[in-house]
Amino acid sequence: MTANDLTALALSLKLAGLVMALLLVLVTPLAWWLARSRSRVKPLVEAVVTLPLVLPPTVLGFYLLVWLGPAGGLGGLLERLGFHHLAFSFGGLVIGSLLYSLPFAVQPLHAAFSAIGARPLEVAATLRASPLDRFFSVTLPLARRGYLTAAVLSFAHTLGEFGVVLMIGGDIPGKTQVVSIAIYDHVEAMDYAAAHWLSGGMLVFSFVLLLVVYALNRRVPVGPA
Amino acid sequence: MTVAIDICHQQGDFTLDIRFAAPARGVTVLFGPSGCGKTTLLRCIAGLTRARRAVVRLGEHCWQDGAHFTPVHQRGVGYVFQEASLFVHKSVRDNLLYGRRRAPDARDADGGIEDIIGLFELGDLLARMPATLSGGQRQRVAIARALLARPRLLLMDEPLAALDVASKREIIPFLDAAARRAAIPVLYVTHAIQEAGRLADHIVMLEGGRLRAAGPARDLLARLDLPFARDDEAESVLEGRIVRHDERWGLTYLHSALGPLVVARRAEPPGHAVRIQILARDVSLTRVQPQQTSIQNILSGHVERIETVGQTAAMVLLGAGEERLLARLTRKAVAELALRPGDPIFAQIKSVAVLR
Repeated sequence: MTANDLTALALSLKLAGLVMALLLVLVTPLAWWLARSRSRVKPLVEAVVTLPLVLPPTVLGFYLLVWLGPAGGLGGLLERLGFHHLAFSFGGLVIGSLLYSLPFAVQPLHAAFSAIGARPLEVAATLRASPLDRFFSVTLPLARRGYLTAAVLSFAHTLGEFGVVLMIGGDIPGKTQVVSIAIYDHVEAMDYAAAHWLSGGMLVFSFVLLLVVYALNRRVPVGPA
Repeated sequence: MTVAIDICHQQGDFTLDIRFAAPARGVTVLFGPSGCGKTTLLRCIAGLTRARRAVVRLGEHCWQDGAHFTPVHQRGVGYVFQEASLFVHKSVRDNLLYGRRRAPDARDADGGIEDIIGLFELGDLLARMPATLSGGQRQRVAIARALLARPRLLLMDEPLAALDVASKREIIPFLDAAARRAAIPVLYVTHAIQEAGRLADHIVMLEGGRLRAAGPARDLLARLDLPFARDDEAESVLEGRIVRHDERWGLTYLHSALGPLVVARRAEPPGHAVRIQILARDVSLTRVQPQQTSIQNILSGHVERIETVGQTAAMVLLGAGEERLLARLTRKAVAELALRPGDPIFAQIKSVAVLR
């Protein structure tokens, strides 16, 4: 592997790790609301949240590029405030990946929160636990499996993205060139050996990651309350 | 610390509109058929459901009145649900301590824990996970957990309904002991007449979301216009006192307003007050004082009321002083004895249960 490949690998892991961590925190209230709310706008929110799952990544990438670029909504605002716009930057990749992997974090948490139901939290409330206390002492441990799944899926999905990254990140080594794009570059250059190294590495890494997660998941106690 | 409740709550096309007060000590049973609003009422009192319009007071504490609404976790209500609802991710010990750790008076936080663990016989279960317990064991943990949080009011929503008969029998003495031990008001929801008779000091009866009757259990259980006295399992609850023990025959003599009673040897000393339960179908009536009978318990009183129940049965209410006794006879027997209100009568009692 070349130094360039290693940089791409490090960038991929950094992006996936950061996006995973941000998603778990940001998505918790959203998934909670989806699991508990009976609001009439809930179907609308659910549809929007699931959009990244069905849209071609290039469509998402295209609109993000426009929005994050110097003439776009967010990019333009940042420029006027004296910052740099976000197209072709690592920050832009993070925002793009957050949206792209959003459904993969929301759905497991939504399912986990729904499965817990209202009862354990009602019990905790009668036992004098405040809402925040209830979240940390009851919801979080009971939704552990959901968090694990959400973490793995959002990490792995971010690691594997290509279209969105290519559209909004470009292919700048050390800045926005992630593994999937580095592999593409190798294939374009007919350097199959280098492509094999990176692809094989990704394959093994992904497999081991999932194996560890599912092995850990088996230990969660289940049974009637 | 009287519990004063005035709740008006709409849920779909069901309206709960009820006002009552429950005494500061003892068990008040909220009784009524399924769908009469008992559970909704209990949830409104706990604050789990926010009633549209409600006044909920416990002594000087006001939990809800107008716009004022104290959240559940600040009320200090112990709530036992129909399903034990233990925290599956916590051991029995951690379930028990969950509320205690959050209760006020942390400085003597250890006081009483061992007592309650002993009372509910949970010592051997502390390290177990809820999934490994039987239904009865789980409910015992749930009741102990509620008590350990030092509630100001204990609410129980049909805690026996999800259990089989054997588990029910297993739990009832614990429930009774817990209710006696807790120096707080206990509101107990049930639709089972036997549970009401066994546990209630007071009864609040609901029907279609409204109050049907309320008062001391002894009075309501004997009222022939209410379902308790008309049920196959109708029973009378008498107050009594242990007079003496008879070691030779292994018996204990009791005093009651209707006359002396004899039961199997009790552990309590003479002078101890007891509660006596007599099923109406275990009572037969005779106009002449029975002689040479194997029946040991013969009480005397006068007929107060006679009410036909269905095709064949009749319920006869006897009185003596403050006490009431129900006898379930056939209509034919009532006719042949020519029973009339005011008649003096002897009651032969086949079986007497001492509740406590």
